[in-house]
Amino acid sequence: MNGRATGISRARRFTDHIATAVAVGRTALVLVPLLLVLGYMLGKGATSLNAAFFLHSPLPPGETGGGMAPAIGGSVLLLIVASAMGVPLGLGAGIYLAEHGRGTRTAHAVRFTADVLNGIPSIVIGIVLYLVLVLRQHHFSAFAGSVALAMIMVPIITRTTEEMLLTVPDALRDAALGLGIPPWRTVLAIVLRTAAPGIVTGCMLAFARIAGETAPLLFTAFGNQFGSADPREPVAALPLQIFTYALSPYDDWHRQAWAGALVLLLLIAASVTTMRLFSGRGLRGFGADGPS
Amino acid sequence: MVPSVPEPGSTPDTQAPDIQVERLNAWYGSAHTLRDVTLHIPARQATALIGPSGCGKSTFVRCLNRMHETGAGTRVEGSVRLGGLDIYAAAQAADIRRRVGMVFQRPNPFPTMSVYDNVASGLRLNGVRRKRLLDEVVEHSLRQAALWDEVKDSLRTRSGANLSLGQQQRLCIARALAVEPEVLLLDEPASALDPISTSKIEDLIYELKTRYTIVLVTHNMQQAARVAERTGFFLDGALVEFDETKRIFTNPRDRLTEDYITGRFG
Repeated sequence: MNGRATGISRARRFTDHIATAVAVGRTALVLVPLLLVLGYMLGKGATSLNAAFFLHSPLPPGETGGGMAPAIGGSVLLLIVASAMGVPLGLGAGIYLAEHGRGTRTAHAVRFTADVLNGIPSIVIGIVLYLVLVLRQHHFSAFAGSVALAMIMVPIITRTTEEMLLTVPDALRDAALGLGIPPWRTVLAIVLRTAAPGIVTGCMLAFARIAGETAPLLFTAFGNQFGSADPREPVAALPLQIFTYALSPYDDWHRQAWAGALVLLLLIAASVTTMRLFSGRGLRGFGADGPS
Repeated sequence: MVPSVPEPGSTPDTQAPDIQVERLNAWYGSAHTLRDVTLHIPARQATALIGPSGCGKSTFVRCLNRMHETGAGTRVEGSVRLGGLDIYAAAQAADIRRRVGMVFQRPNPFPTMSVYDNVASGLRLNGVRRKRLLDEVVEHSLRQAALWDEVKDSLRTRSGANLSLGQQQRLCIARALAVEPEVLLLDEPASALDPISTSKIEDLIYELKTRYTIVLVTHNMQQAARVAERTGFFLDGALVEFDETKRIFTNPRDRLTEDYITGRFG
C-alpha cells in the first residue's frame, strides 16, 4: 500500500496474491491425507491401547484380549540389526561414490547398482533372501528378515549420502587438505560433519521406510506367536502382525491391528526424533548462514 | 609423553626456508598448464606472481605444497626443493602441507565450527589434544592475523561463517598460521574483499614476511608492487620474467611483461 500504486503494481500485487493462495491451497491439499491417516489411526487405535497390548502375547484366534508384545519386540530387534548392517554399508558406499570414486567406472557401476536395487519391489528382495538364506538354513529367522530390510536401506542411504557430500564445496576439502590433515580425516571430520544434517535425514528416511515394510518379512522373519530375542529364530514384527490381524474375521483383532499401526507410527516418530536430537547436538548454532 | 610442539611464536623466526623450483611442469588431464618453470623463491621475503587469468600462477602455487595432485587427472614433473628437501621425492604430501600453509582466493572457514575450532582444527586433526597449548596457539594465531580483538569475546559462540568476508579471510590466515608453517602461499587472498579488508591483508603480509617465506598470487599489480620484494610474470603456463619487483614495474626486460603491466592485454 504505497502511494505510488500504479496499474502495473496493482496487477502485480493481484498476481502475487493469486500465486500465494495457490501455494497455500496446495500445501493444505498435501496435508489433508496425512492428517486423515493420523486422525483415523488415533481414533481407531488409541482406544485399544492398554498395558496388556504392550506386555502380553497374542491369544488364540477368537479369544478377546492379549497383546502385541512379541511383535513390538521383534520389530525393534529387526530394525536394530538391519540398521546396524545397512547404515554403515550405505554410508561407506556413499562416501566412496562422492569422495574416492568420483568419475571412475567402478563408481558408475556402484551407482547404477544402487539405483536398480532401489527400484526392486521389496517382495522380490524377500523371495531372493528366502532362496539364499532361509532355504539353506532350513528355517526362517530374524537375521534373514534384517538382511532383507538392510538391502532396502542400503541404496537409499548410499544415494542420499553421496548427494549430500557433493553439496559440500571443494573449497572446504582444499582448506582441510591444505592444513596437512590426512585425506581420511578430512572426509570424516570436515566433509561428513558439514553434510551431517542431510545424511542423518537420509538415514531416517531409510529407517522409516523399512520400519513399515511387510512383504520382505513374509518369507524371512515369518512371524512368531511368542516372544524371541534370538536372531536365529523367526520373530514377529508389527507390520506382519497388522497384516494378519487386519485380514482376520475377529473384531478384537481388527482393533488391535489399528493399535499396532499406531504403535508402529509412534515407534518411527520416536526413533526419528531421538536421532535428530542426538545428531543435532554440537552443530546447533553454527549453521552455515551469513552474518547475523 | 608430551608431544614436542614448539611454543607459539618461537618457531619460524629464523629458519623459514627458501624454495628452489626446477623445470616444473603440470597437467590437468591433457591440458599442459605449467611449462618448464624454473625459479628461486628467497626465504623470508614476499614473492608476487602476476599474470592474466589462466596463466598458470595458481597451478604453480598449488604445486608448491602438493595441492595440485588432489585434483582428478593431474600430473606434476620437475622438482621443488624446500630448503633442500625435494618435496615430491622425499616427503609425504601431508607433512609438506603442514610446512607450507595455504590461503585461498575465497575465504573458506569450516561452517560447522566456531572461530576457536576453526583455528584449532589443523592441530586437533593432526592429533594435538592439550587444551592449554591449543588455547595459546589459537590466541597467538589470531593476534598474528590481526583478528584477535574483533573475535576474542565470541571465540566459541560464533561460527566461522558468521564473520564478515574480510574477517573470514583473516580467520583463514590464522588457521593456516596455527599449524606453524614456514612458508605461506596466498592465492589471490584479497580478490574477493573490499578495499579496507584488502589493505588489512596487505599490512598483514608486510608483517608476516619477516618470519615466513611468502608467495602471493595476485591480479592486482599495485598490490604486488606494495608488498613483494620480487615479482614473477606468468603467461600461458610459462614464467616470462622474474626479477626484483622494482625492476619488473619500471624497466622490464621482456616486451610481453611491459605490455602486460602497462595494460595492453590481460
